[in-house]
Amino acid sequence: MDNMLDNYAEIVGYEVIDHLKQLAAPLKGMKIIHVNSTKEGGGVAEILNRLIPLKIELGIDASWEVIKGNSEFYQCTKKMHNSLQGNRDDISEALLKNYEETGRQNYEELKEKLQAADVVFIHDPQPAPLLSFAQGRKGKWLWRCHIDVSHPYRPVWKYIRKFVESYDASIWSLSTFTQPMPHPLYLIPPSIDPLSEKNIELTTEEVDSVLARHNINRELPVITQISRFDRFKDPVGVIKSYRHIRKSIPVQLILAGGGATDDPEGAEVLKEVGEFAGDDPDIHILELPPDAHREINALQRGSDIIIQKSLREGFGLTVSEGLWKGKPVVAGNTGGIKLQVIDHYNGFLVNTSEGAALRIRYLLKHRDILEDMGGKAHQFVLDNFLITRHLREYLTLVVALLHGSDERIELELPGNR
Amino acid sequence: MSEEFRILDCALITISTGEQAQNLRELRDRLLVTHTGSIYYHFWGVMLRHTYVDPEYQNDFAVWASHALHDHVIAERLSLIDPNEHLSIEDLRREIVEIIEQHLYEREHVPWTRTGDQFQFTRSQIVVFDTKQRVTSPDEFRNLIPRLPLGSIFYHFIDSRRRTAESKNDFSIWLSTFDGRYNELIEMLNTIDPYFTTLSSLRDEIADAFCSFEGGL
Repeated sequence: MDNMLDNYAEIVGYEVIDHLKQLAAPLKGMKIIHVNSTKEGGGVAEILNRLIPLKIELGIDASWEVIKGNSEFYQCTKKMHNSLQGNRDDISEALLKNYEETGRQNYEELKEKLQAADVVFIHDPQPAPLLSFAQGRKGKWLWRCHIDVSHPYRPVWKYIRKFVESYDASIWSLSTFTQPMPHPLYLIPPSIDPLSEKNIELTTEEVDSVLARHNINRELPVITQISRFDRFKDPVGVIKSYRHIRKSIPVQLILAGGGATDDPEGAEVLKEVGEFAGDDPDIHILELPPDAHREINALQRGSDIIIQKSLREGFGLTVSEGLWKGKPVVAGNTGGIKLQVIDHYNGFLVNTSEGAALRIRYLLKHRDILEDMGGKAHQFVLDNFLITRHLREYLTLVVALLHGSDERIELELPGNR
Repeated sequence: MSEEFRILDCALITISTGEQAQNLRELRDRLLVTHTGSIYYHFWGVMLRHTYVDPEYQNDFAVWASHALHDHVIAERLSLIDPNEHLSIEDLRREIVEIIEQHLYEREHVPWTRTGDQFQFTRSQIVVFDTKQRVTSPDEFRNLIPRLPLGSIFYHFIDSRRRTAESKNDFSIWLSTFDGRYNELIEMLNTIDPYFTTLSSLRDEIADAFCSFEGGL
């Protein structure tokens, strides 16, 4: 973990790291706590795993606490998660009571640390009630929402809102994901980590060996969609696009996603996709374990074009992962994808299977444009969607929050020109 | 008596105002009341966002009119607004509203966009911090320009216009403390148009002005 900042400097440049150091200087020694509900698995834990050591290296007394709950608690928060994303999922009084009681128990356990903190980041709905137990709080409390709450199931949102309203500010991934609040709504999009297994540079040998293991022919172009087997990701639509392309260009399709064994709907979709694909030897449906990060990395790097034909999407960070590997991304014109794919610049935004086929055929026929877009794709993520940008925005936010709501905050600049 | 020049840098964080517009009339209505910081952000903030700069349309209102409303007439008219020509954000606000009202008057239908593509009003806070770098002469400064962080260019060349009495850039104000020796260079810097460009191109233009200054540094 030593010199993590130096490792990032080799990717993003030393000036970016210097910028972070200068921005973090007034926060040295400050106690900042992040609280979420899981240490492993999921995007939030992935980001915190890196952000906390980076903050510590910048001189901030940063720590990360994980709340504990019984199975009813997680049953309740799973329903909340679904409801906030628009699914009608009523939650019983008993589950809500248990949710609040779990909040109280966790507050008691973390009380000392939370009371001593200058800034507390509470991630997602699971630990949201903690603030309601913090009487006479000293530090600033922020609620970080990683979910698209643009069309929530209202009764559940109304219940959660009463906990969230009292925070000093909230942080959202996209402006369209927000809900009105009586406090500032900061906007910080998520990011990818270029040093994680999922995104780290791989040797050609390693990429070749992963592709060989899955019987991918290196002589034919490869298009790949990485996603869960979920109807909103439109895997059947991707196969339709592939069939359109095959009429004029020989190509292979990889549809790779996490295991579907514990998700009844995922298993059903996987079965549908398998049936629709038939016995076509050039369609590779890969069900990978949840920790197959390096394998996914290799599949993306071994592809010519990445496709993400979602019909509905939250932020869709797999798009940035594809772009980071220098691949143009052909993606559904929805949600956070629109922030990552700039149409005709680093990829194409499409609305139909036909549209996706048309763009992919165009790119496969114009290799120079494919290469050019790939270069822009990598640079675009370097400038906008890496963890260093995410960290810069967190630091800027903390500094801003501690200095009031002015549009311009000047840090100790006596006699400033 | 000339002073040393303190090089400052800045970082930006965006805040949703909670306002949105789904059609051109709603955009006009929100523009009439939105925070001045939001209008400033949608014209200038794009430069510090590091995001892709649309070569056709420089401000967010014009980009939205083109990409979401598909009304290229109003997009072109909004895009031509130069915020430098307006003494205040209120003045700029009046100009945008006037252009939209004229367009609404000319059209039979109000252009709409689908749900999900509404214009989202955003404002920002910038945090200004000291890079600890100091220069005492224009010659020393010239050598440093190519390595100046883009946040410094934004703060000293764009943000300065909102906080200095003369609405000038900080570099020109500093050069004016050298008893008139750099008046020609000041003139060159003052004629650089900070709009319709990116911060890195702007940095190149500033560097070019210092390098081509015939009076010599």
